[in-house]
Amino acid sequence: MSIVFEKPKALSENIFHYCPGCTHGIIHRLIAEVLDELDITGKTVGVAPVGCSVLAYNYFECDMIQAAHGRAPAVATGVKRVNPDNIVFTYQGDGDLAAIGTAETVHSASRGENITVIFVNNAIYGMTGGQMAPTTLPGQITQTSPYGRDIKQAGYPIRVCEMLATLDGTAYAERVSVDNVKNIRAAKKAVKKAFTNQVEGKGFSIVEVISTCPTNWGLSPEESLNWLRENMLPYYPLGVYKDKGSESEAQNG
Amino acid sequence: MEKVLMKGNEAIAEAAINAGCRFFFGYPITPQTEVAAYMAKKMPKIGGTYLQAESEIAAINMVIGASAAGARVLTSSSSPGISLKSEGLSYLAGCDLPAVIVNIQRGGPGLGGIQPSQADYFLATRSSGHGDFHMIVLAPNNIQEIVDVTQKAFDLADKYRMCVMILGDGILGQMMEPAIIDASGNTGAAQKPWALTGTGGKRKKNIVNSLYLQPEELEEKNFARYEKYKEIAENEAMCEEYKTDDADIILVSYGATSRICKNAITMARAEGIKAGLLRPITLWPFPKKSLMARADGAKAFISVEMSMGQMIEDVKLAIECKKPVALCSRTGGIVHSPEDILAKIKAVNGGDFS
Amino acid sequence: MAEGKNILIAGFGGQGILFTGKFIVYTGMLTGGEVSWLPSYGPEMRGGTANCSVIISDTPIGSPIVEKPDILVVMNRPSFDKYENSCVIGAKLFVDSTLIERKTQRDDLEAFYIPATGLADENNLNGLANMVMAGKVLRETNICPYETIAEAMKKTVPERKKNLFDANIRAIELGWNY
Repeated sequence: MSIVFEKPKALSENIFHYCPGCTHGIIHRLIAEVLDELDITGKTVGVAPVGCSVLAYNYFECDMIQAAHGRAPAVATGVKRVNPDNIVFTYQGDGDLAAIGTAETVHSASRGENITVIFVNNAIYGMTGGQMAPTTLPGQITQTSPYGRDIKQAGYPIRVCEMLATLDGTAYAERVSVDNVKNIRAAKKAVKKAFTNQVEGKGFSIVEVISTCPTNWGLSPEESLNWLRENMLPYYPLGVYKDKGSESEAQNG
Repeated sequence: MEKVLMKGNEAIAEAAINAGCRFFFGYPITPQTEVAAYMAKKMPKIGGTYLQAESEIAAINMVIGASAAGARVLTSSSSPGISLKSEGLSYLAGCDLPAVIVNIQRGGPGLGGIQPSQADYFLATRSSGHGDFHMIVLAPNNIQEIVDVTQKAFDLADKYRMCVMILGDGILGQMMEPAIIDASGNTGAAQKPWALTGTGGKRKKNIVNSLYLQPEELEEKNFARYEKYKEIAENEAMCEEYKTDDADIILVSYGATSRICKNAITMARAEGIKAGLLRPITLWPFPKKSLMARADGAKAFISVEMSMGQMIEDVKLAIECKKPVALCSRTGGIVHSPEDILAKIKAVNGGDFS
Repeated sequence: MAEGKNILIAGFGGQGILFTGKFIVYTGMLTGGEVSWLPSYGPEMRGGTANCSVIISDTPIGSPIVEKPDILVVMNRPSFDKYENSCVIGAKLFVDSTLIERKTQRDDLEAFYIPATGLADENNLNGLANMVMAGKVLRETNICPYETIAEAMKKTVPERKKNLFDANIRAIELGWNY
């Protein structure tokens, strides 16, 4: 019998600690597949964030460093500047990247830092138990927006790809989702492009992955995927927001 | 070798380059800006990296990344900026990463002022960030010593895999004196098998991490780190003694203040008061043994500091309160005059230890 | 080098006060003394007053701050007013008399009044009054032999401003010979 499906080599034997139905596992796998396919695991350094994916350093088979909350792009900058031939990526959630680490995100992008950022947006703080995130939707109920996010009081969610696309330093920004097979395939393509860009020295590349959090959303995995489609995708349209050197720049999907 | 006239801040930068440092991440702040300016000028010419970060927080995290990647790396700032770096200092300690941090102190708290100060003594030696940890703290008092301790800072950082802070002040940063800069120092080519350089498919992956969710494991890590600190306390404490052999009154002072103490000692001795100086060059580890060795001979100690009584605690601990310890403080950017210190020496000599 | 020299140089930002200090430090260093140089720094440097402490000594230098100068060089009135009384008895006082009209009120100082700004302007050396002052200081204080001046200037003038070397030397000579 021939093998038709197996664990990517860039993933370790460790069992994911993620909740049932959480999409972190899918996104980890996509990254690992890309590392395998580009054959770059041996020269890759990953930067884990603070958040649900804090333990990401246990799951990838490349060198890993765990950064302080929000600081992954700055840490990645340090690593990359010392060894420009290494492939350096950060894996960050919405609180990490778009709240406490906004400055690090924006400035690493504006410097055109030649790194790859995988941004998992599930509109909530997962690890601390479901608080309002910078990407929590208007009206969305969380532990710290118990009456729904009130834009008068808490302001508006941040659309990261749209914001970073305005920066000259950003080479590539695409928003994808992993809610169905078609979108997962598209997400894989985007992740691969974001790593390939770095291999080719094209500069700052970010892939925003619209993701679920069944546990903290209080929904079943299937309901979560539906909620994502009905609520998140209209607010966070999928598509390529920036692709230097491509005509598709700024076109929404 | 030829003596060159250099500002303290420039001397730090040049000495760091000679110590093999090729990565500098910083953010402008008075009165340390010359360190960054020097690096910005020099690094591109020698294949190094000067990067002006968006904040002190980003800068220290870039230091973390560069250190984890195996490089000798420097950042420098002044007091308010060091507060921002606290988070990173704690992570560097938790990850056992070497790095050299310069703090050219200015008056505080808050935005404070820009004139010289030593009010970050506690920050440097006690509370550099959250959690159980120490940094080695080096406190030079002249430009040649700045050059020498900068080389030493990188060597110690690599040797013990920890942060070394060079603690200066606005006077030392801004003043010029002749110094010999030796370009033949250790540039840190030592192997760092823990560094994140990519596995190359040839070794198991390296992880640089400070997260230990099992308390037993974290306690074990901290125990091990404190064993290392014990070894450092035993072997690395440094001080200079000036006219302490016959001294009745021993001033304890570091950095720029210790220079002014020497003027005051000359004046005191001219008036027949036997005063001397014990100058810690390492603030952590504090030169406890050297102080204790003087506790029997001296009648009293005076902690002379540009802060409101911070180092005095270490002086009292070092001599186990065997003798009175008086405090001679100026703060907020005011530098002691020799007369300030002389007056305190006279008071203490007369039995007033307040 | 018989005794220590505690020199305070003060004036407006932009008059080359710090540069003057640096040059004098080099003359002392090349003559074999211990030296230190400490500028005032911060916002006051931007258009306000600037001063600089220079110590030349035959013993290691303690405090680099000159609070009681035995040589005071002033190039504006506010500095003269501020520092005149801080001089030790018998101190040498150098006043740019083009910019400062009044004389010292003390009778225990050895005062030299040099119209440095005027001399510089008359000789097409605009902006080099500081070096005229330096020339007079060196002449009256035995900090260094005359031959050291050129060598010290070489070290003081940055490579990219080499063309200013001759002008600086001419300004120093004006002061030296005044």
